[in-house]
Amino acid sequence: MPSYKIRINGSDRVVDSSDPDQPLLYVLRNIGLTAAKFGCGLGQCGACSVLVDGRSERSCVMTIAAAEGRAITTLEGLGSAAKPSAIQLAFINENVPQCGYCTSGMIVSATALLSSNPKPTPAQVNAALDGNLCRCGSHPRVVRAVLAASGQAG
Amino acid sequence: MNAHTKSFQLSRRALLRGGGALTVAFALSAPAGKALAQAVASAAGRALDLKEVDAFLAINADGTVTVFSGKVDFGQGLRIAIPQIAAEELGIPVDKVRFVEGDTALTPDQGRTSGSTGIMRGGMQIRQAAATARKGLIDLASKRLNVPAEGLAIVDGTIRPAAGGPGVTFAELLGGKNFDLKLDPKAPLKNPSNYTLVGKSLKRPDIVAKCTGGHVYMQNFAVPNMLHARVIRPAASGATLRSVDESSVADLPGAKVVRIKDFLAVVADDEWTAIKAARALKSQWSEGTGLPAWNEMAKSLREGPFNGDEVLINKGEAPAALPDGAKTLKATYYWPMQSHASLGPSCAVADVRDDQATVWTASQGTHGNRNTFARFLKLPREKVRMIYLEGSGCYGMNGHEDAAADAAILSRAVGRPVRVQWSREDEHGFDPKGPAQLLDVTGTCDANGNILDWKLEMWIPQTTKGLPNIPLLSPNESGLDNVQGLNAGLLSQNGDPPYSAGRIQVIAHWLKDAPLRPAPLRSPGKPANCFAVEAFCDELAAAAGIDPVEFRLRGLKDPRGIELVKRAAAIMKWQNRASPGSDRNAAVARGRGISYIHYKHTETYVAIGMEVAVERATGNIKVERVVCTHDCGQIINPDGARAQIEGSIVQTLSRVLMEEVKFDRSRVTSNDWSSYPILTFSQLPKIEVELIDRPDEPPLGAGEAACAAVGGALSNAVFDATGVRLRQIPFTPERVKAALSGAPS
Repeated sequence: MPSYKIRINGSDRVVDSSDPDQPLLYVLRNIGLTAAKFGCGLGQCGACSVLVDGRSERSCVMTIAAAEGRAITTLEGLGSAAKPSAIQLAFINENVPQCGYCTSGMIVSATALLSSNPKPTPAQVNAALDGNLCRCGSHPRVVRAVLAASGQAG
Repeated sequence: MNAHTKSFQLSRRALLRGGGALTVAFALSAPAGKALAQAVASAAGRALDLKEVDAFLAINADGTVTVFSGKVDFGQGLRIAIPQIAAEELGIPVDKVRFVEGDTALTPDQGRTSGSTGIMRGGMQIRQAAATARKGLIDLASKRLNVPAEGLAIVDGTIRPAAGGPGVTFAELLGGKNFDLKLDPKAPLKNPSNYTLVGKSLKRPDIVAKCTGGHVYMQNFAVPNMLHARVIRPAASGATLRSVDESSVADLPGAKVVRIKDFLAVVADDEWTAIKAARALKSQWSEGTGLPAWNEMAKSLREGPFNGDEVLINKGEAPAALPDGAKTLKATYYWPMQSHASLGPSCAVADVRDDQATVWTASQGTHGNRNTFARFLKLPREKVRMIYLEGSGCYGMNGHEDAAADAAILSRAVGRPVRVQWSREDEHGFDPKGPAQLLDVTGTCDANGNILDWKLEMWIPQTTKGLPNIPLLSPNESGLDNVQGLNAGLLSQNGDPPYSAGRIQVIAHWLKDAPLRPAPLRSPGKPANCFAVEAFCDELAAAAGIDPVEFRLRGLKDPRGIELVKRAAAIMKWQNRASPGSDRNAAVARGRGISYIHYKHTETYVAIGMEVAVERATGNIKVERVVCTHDCGQIINPDGARAQIEGSIVQTLSRVLMEEVKFDRSRVTSNDWSSYPILTFSQLPKIEVELIDRPDEPPLGAGEAACAAVGGALSNAVFDATGVRLRQIPFTPERVKAALSGAPS
């Protein structure tokens, strides 16, 4: 079975897959990294977002072959319950999630945004997260959390 | 207590020792899980009786207290709100409370978690159980300490003489033992002025895990030896399966086709193989039974067929002769069929054996489903255990319960535990839908804006009497015992204005059926009814030349409602003038609107004000500001209530601006996020919520009442901005642009 070298949350992993087209999402979930969620399988909703070399990408439409040699960071790789990242902490402080199914993707996309634009305007936050859908309506809190994480009052 | 019950009690306690979550035990160890399942499967009866304190509460030997809740948390915050209520009443810190939810073997049947009743009904039962328990514990302590009950006080789970001296802890009194107490509906409740926990924004215990990846969602749950399945739903509504070409998946290792009559699925050892097999499988289906034309739904509702008409309300008298200046208006409003559009497609795991079944499900109604599953699996009810696990947000009934039935039928067929994960197309295509609603309103008001006569007729599907559950897909497809009927929730409420009126008539034309399986969708029926009522009242106010807030305040008698409308108007710095405003011909026309509801006339009060900008060239509505004043009685957790209200506003704005299920004559065609778009960040308005706390009033729901007031406020704001009345949801730019150019709206 072909194997693929992928750096996942700072560790080099070798992942076997008989199908080069297997989406990265299932590779991650099969090794217990279940924060990235299956939402659509179409790259439309952002629930499966992960960082690929620092950019927010949809792991449901990125194949394992395309992920080879790349550095993948999932929500679990950003921080932990004991030691959350600044953005995770801001989401915690603002009580952002309702069901929370979209939250992982939101935090990942927000992380990518703040790494390239540390002080975004509210409009820039909206634009950066526009492809991350939420059905519960946690949007106002997401924006507040991202602005707070960037050191700006929401 | 008989031996049977006692052994269960011990088992239930053993399961929960140290506060460990039962589901984790299942996830870690199948044999342990099986033993536990067997231990509790026989536990039907007394211990889960709603009349018993033991059904709701257990004092553990380690000093913690377990709360057993039949109502579940799917993101709305019961996981903290109910422990707050229980801890407050018992006199313990909230971090000493363990919360067990929705497991039919462990929790009492408090009814479906729906209708915003989690706190209002479920929480209040638990409050009363805790009050009974407190009284029982004080009585025990009184005997143990030889101090009269009146002379004892509870501090942090220890009962002490108020005058000083040694005390005794809850655990010392009762740790690991039963209360054996009947729930006393009159057990005295703590005075709200002494509350230390209720009314505080305590943190939900799932927040950290949801932000760091540790929360166990239904979609993350697995058991050993489990197969992954995908279902292949009929290619057309009502279609039957003619043939399946199993060779089409022969090259996928381990993939296996399961066909039971018209129920078709594939199973595989891993999820990706199951997905590929579902895509590759070739099947032939009949043409199906057909669907109405989606763009003629309103017309088809008027045509029936009907079960009959019902006069829901007929009160007061219209004046015999209309005074000078009275005006009579007539208008038709329409709310389309909508999807729950849950962000994560439904998922479930089931382990069905010859003699018992365990089903892990994100259903909002595990207890009710237990009967349904027992029926189609032909198992005794006590041999079916439904265990709740939180899934992607659900707002009534999405596909969670169908996925659970899929998993149960497949597990029985293959003799192994099965996990079913629906696709995006499955979820958008086959979740039960919020039904379309059509409303005609005729009203007369005098020159002062007093309503003289009001008649509202609604065309809605009628709920089947005694229906135990909305019929699930796979039991029907596979020909199993499944009670047929329909239930879209309490659709007919709030068709009457909450304002004084001479005569009010509300009439329901009960439709026999609704296409695509209707179900309750957040605030069933009320967003449409309140939209019609509040927009039409605005039409009357405009006809009389009266300011919309003034119109409402003249007609409102309930002081809680009056305060709410006044506060909303004050926050908005509302200018008293009739609608529409003066800049209606501007390229970007701005306006404001207000809407009010007393939910079901007995529950939560909501006023919503909106400010909008309408771009004439495109028809695009930009909602700039939403102000919501909200009175749900006693507030348990203000931040939790606020989150629910914000969510209600955002989700309903999405429904009002964008959402309509589309279908061709055979199947749903709006089956992804591009064909069924929902509101995104760039459309997000500024939202201001003002909570009015009434600690001495009963707590009411905060989960859906605000939804009802959104459509009216938006229609009224657009009218104020442009002079054009929108009466058909959704307010898409195309539709608004057409209305602005004079087409019927």
